[in-house]
Amino acid sequence: MDHYLSLLVTAIFVENLALAFFLGMCTFLAISKKVEAAVGLGIAVVVVLTLSVPINNLIYNTILRDGALSWAGLPDVDLSFLGLLTYIGVIAALVQILEMILDKYIPALYSALGVFLPLITVNCAIMGAVLFMVERDYSFGESVIYGFGAGVGWALAIVALAGIREKLKYSDVPNGLRGLGITFITVGLMSLGFMSFSGISL
Amino acid sequence: MSDVSAKKVLFEPIFSNNPIALQILGICSALAVTTSLSVTLVMCASVIAVTGFSNLAVSLIRTQIPNSIRIIVQMTIIASLVIVVDQVLKAYAYEISKQLSVFVGLIITNCIVMGRAEGFAMQNPPMLSFLDGIGNGLGYSIAILFVAFFRELFGSGELLGFTILASVNDGGWYVPNGLMLLPPSAFFIIGLGIWALRTWKPDQVEEPDFKMSAHKTREAF
Repeated sequence: MDHYLSLLVTAIFVENLALAFFLGMCTFLAISKKVEAAVGLGIAVVVVLTLSVPINNLIYNTILRDGALSWAGLPDVDLSFLGLLTYIGVIAALVQILEMILDKYIPALYSALGVFLPLITVNCAIMGAVLFMVERDYSFGESVIYGFGAGVGWALAIVALAGIREKLKYSDVPNGLRGLGITFITVGLMSLGFMSFSGISL
Repeated sequence: MSDVSAKKVLFEPIFSNNPIALQILGICSALAVTTSLSVTLVMCASVIAVTGFSNLAVSLIRTQIPNSIRIIVQMTIIASLVIVVDQVLKAYAYEISKQLSVFVGLIITNCIVMGRAEGFAMQNPPMLSFLDGIGNGLGYSIAILFVAFFRELFGSGELLGFTILASVNDGGWYVPNGLMLLPPSAFFIIGLGIWALRTWKPDQVEEPDFKMSAHKTREAF
C-alpha cells in the first residue's frame, strides 16, 4: 500500500508531466487562458489517462512484449517495435469511444468536455505517460495508480497556470514579452516551485 | 511553382514564422531533450526527417485519402516513420537513444508534424510539401538548439562534450550553474528568446488582452 501511495505522490508532484517533463505543452499553453476551460480539459485528461495507461499496459504485457505471445504458442515473437503505432491507435480509439459513451449516457459531462476530448488524442501527456509506463515496466496495479496520478498532476498544473494568467492579463508586461513570452516565464517559476517537492520520499 | 516560392516555403518557418516561438507548436517533446547539445542534434535530425517525409507521403496520397478518415491516415504514416527513426537510433546510436528515452516516441504527438501534414501537405504538391516539412523541422531545430546551447554551456561549461568554460571542479574558474540543467531554466530561456525575437521583429508582438488607461498624476498644488 505504501508503495502505491508513494507512486501516486511522485506522479502528481515530483514527476509532474507538465512541469518536469514538458509534456502536453501545446494544449497547456493554448487552453490556459480561462480557469473554467482549464478545469474541463484537466478532468478530461485525468479520465483518459486513467483508462489508457492500464489498457496499454495490458496490451503491452500480453501481446507486444518479447515472448509475451507464448500463450498463443509463439514464444519467439517480439512485437515491441509495433508499440508506438499500437499505443497511439489505442489512445485515439479510446478517446473516440469515450466520446460516444459520454454523448449517449452522460450528456452534461459530454457538453462540458465537448471540444477538449478530440484534442486529447494528440496531447503528448497521454502518449508520454504510456511510454513512461512501458519504459519503467509497471505492473497492472501500478499503471492504474500512475495513470491517475499523472493526470491529476497535469490537471493541477494547468488549473494553477490558468488562475495566474487570468490575473496576469491586467499587468503591464513589456511589449515583446506579452502573451507567450511571459507565460513561459510564469511556467518556469511554477516549475521551480514544483521542484521543491522533489525532496519528498514516502 | 516558381523557385521563389520554394525558397520561401523552406526558409520562412525558420525566423519569420517559427513553429515554436510563434505558433506554439511542438514544445511538448522539445524542452526535455535540451540538456546537452549532442542529444539535441540527434533529436533535431529525427524531427526534420519525420516532418519532411510525412509531408511528402501525405502529399503524395492527398487526393486518395477520404476526408473523414484523414486524421487517422496521417497518424499512421507519422507513427510508422517514427518507428523507423526509433529503430535506426536503437541500432546505430544506442547510448543517445537511451538518453532520449520516450521522447523519440513523442515525435508522433509533436504538433508540428501533425499540423504541417494537415495544414500544408493536404493542399500542396509533394516537392513543395517536402520542403515545407524540412523548413519547419529546421525552425524547430533552431529554437531547441538555441536552448540547448545555453543550457549545456552554462550548466556544465561544455559544448558537445568539449570544455569551453573550465569548471572549478577541474581547477578552472567557472562555477557550473546547476539550475541550467533543471527543467525551469528551459522555460526561462524560451521566454527570453521569444522576447529577443519579438524585439527584433516587432510585428510578432501580441495584442494586449486588456488596455490599461493612461497613468494620470495630479499636479501638486
